[in-house]
Amino acid sequence: MSLERELEPPSPLAAPSTQTDTARLHAPAIVNFVASAEPVAEERPPSPIRQYLSSCSNGGLADGTFAAVMLVCALSIFAIVLFILTILIARSRMSLAQFGFGFFTRSAWDPVSGDFGALPFIFGTLTTSLLALAMAVPLALGVAIFLSELCPAKLRAPISFLTELLAAIPSVVYGLWAFFVLVPIMRDQLGPWLVKYLGWTGFFGGYNFGVGLLTASIILAIMILPIISSITRDIMQAVPTSQREAVLALGATRWEMIRTGVLRNARIGIVGAVILGLGRALGETMAVTMVIGNHPDISKSLFAPANTLASVIAGEFSEATSSMYISALIEIGLALFLVTIVVNAIARALVWAVTRGAPSRVH
Amino acid sequence: MSANPLPIATPSRGDAPLRPPTNYQTRSMRLNSIRRYAVNHLVTGLAVLSTVLVIVPLVAILAYLLYKGASSLNLAFFTHIPAPVGETGGGMANAMLGSGIILALASSMGIPVGIAAGVYLAEYGQGKLLAAAVRFTADVLNGVPSIVMGLAAYSLIVMRQMHFSAFSGGVALAIMMVPTITRTTEEMLLTVPHSIREAALGLGVPKWRTVLSVSLRTASPGIITGCMLAFARVAGETAPLLFTAFGNQFWSFKLNEPIAALPLQIYVYAISPYDEWHRLAWAGALVLILMIMVSVTLVRIYAARGTLKGAS
Repeated sequence: MSLERELEPPSPLAAPSTQTDTARLHAPAIVNFVASAEPVAEERPPSPIRQYLSSCSNGGLADGTFAAVMLVCALSIFAIVLFILTILIARSRMSLAQFGFGFFTRSAWDPVSGDFGALPFIFGTLTTSLLALAMAVPLALGVAIFLSELCPAKLRAPISFLTELLAAIPSVVYGLWAFFVLVPIMRDQLGPWLVKYLGWTGFFGGYNFGVGLLTASIILAIMILPIISSITRDIMQAVPTSQREAVLALGATRWEMIRTGVLRNARIGIVGAVILGLGRALGETMAVTMVIGNHPDISKSLFAPANTLASVIAGEFSEATSSMYISALIEIGLALFLVTIVVNAIARALVWAVTRGAPSRVH
Repeated sequence: MSANPLPIATPSRGDAPLRPPTNYQTRSMRLNSIRRYAVNHLVTGLAVLSTVLVIVPLVAILAYLLYKGASSLNLAFFTHIPAPVGETGGGMANAMLGSGIILALASSMGIPVGIAAGVYLAEYGQGKLLAAAVRFTADVLNGVPSIVMGLAAYSLIVMRQMHFSAFSGGVALAIMMVPTITRTTEEMLLTVPHSIREAALGLGVPKWRTVLSVSLRTASPGIITGCMLAFARVAGETAPLLFTAFGNQFWSFKLNEPIAALPLQIYVYAISPYDEWHRLAWAGALVLILMIMVSVTLVRIYAARGTLKGAS
């Protein structure tokens, strides 16, 4: 190394950091060999190959630029989150200043007099999401168990393809179907049946229009099912086979194997998948907007029309006229953003805790 | 029997040939065993039942959509712009063009940024805290409701320009595409064997050329899959376009003007009170879903046949 330095101080060969130690050791020999072909002179001119090499850059600049561009693009993801946060805060400043934190505990929603509170929408969002989870989680668990443990190999691919297709159907198409098919069913068949047999609970009172909390919850459940079941299946498949074999070897039935060998190992990840589904349900907009009835009301009846945080934005934003109205709607959007960020962060952390050792998959 | 030298647990053959083999299970053990197998079958049945329950609505939705959509689809749907209320006929040609324009805008902004961020995570950021934070943020951003993206694009562009535009819709969709593409790209690049990279570096290829010509090229089937899936996802999005692209009943080619989009048109027509518009909404939904399904299916076939079977 030091010898080479003496011979050729600005050696371009030695400059790239990617060179290995052995390359450096051999470098002087090559230099001498090439140089010996030249006529002997006091000040040896650089050989053609060296001239060529030194005329090339070592790629350091290009490499650095490329790495920097990639870094900037990666950082743009932070920038997007920060930008959404700041712009939403900036645009909802009016409503933040006017109502403060009380915005989320007041149930007034009166665009005419400019009095706004988000409680009815929080109620609607929580009710529909939790009802949807209550319907979707057992089914999704069943599907995941079937797909990962029971399903014949022939059926596995088509069924998981079908559930993935369910996830690919756009929200507005679910809404269309719910609007023209689910709502009449709800109004004419399921609704009266529920009133007849479960009317005593008090949750099915009032007039049944077909649109309302329950219809929105059902369509939400259909929409979040594929997400929960496909992530749960992935998590269950990440459980090592040796766990299953060990439990089976102790004489367990298949269900006992699934319960003690698989579900118990995967429970944190399954909770994560459920929370991920919750996050999706909280922010689901179009299908809910089309079937929830769009009325800012808190009612005990599940037939009552209501509104969620997302659906009130979708339904009323384009007709909002006063700047206070727009500001209040943007504040609702801000709340939705923060809530889903927190919910998703928790869910991702849980899913990651289980699957970090397993090969990664795209959800 | 009385002089049995063997331990109890091993019934011997010549012990009592006339009696049936001794059953050491007690009654409660037998009941327990029956219960365990009953529960096993019950749960198996429940799992199958729930799978059927999930498949049924899907088939119902698809079948109904095919039935309603196919019966109302005609050539005019692809060639005409919407007819005024009360007139029959008309189509969604402008909405399809508008969707194409918005999606092209979104892809041209979202795909390069997404892939570049994925390259950073896979090639430069392995094991770094910063990369872990970016990865986590991308995952979280993936779950943010689309309507919030619409609000952000509205607040940034529409409020400043004081009018709706195709461009703002494209920005909203591009923001939605970035995290999905980033994560797919990263996962696909991680499936590329290190030896290939090392071979390229060993030949003296600079790192940036290695990434572009070796890593990305090897992982390209998976990355294309990811891009198509992100594309299919935003192609059906309505909420971010509600107050950015806004919709338009006429042809519009300018990026700076309100523009029609297929999902938006479906929404507007679905909640309208006119039967003719409902018919068009069904036809639009069928076209939209066929486009998405064809792209997803093509991508799956492509990914399965690709050089790398890393794609999901």
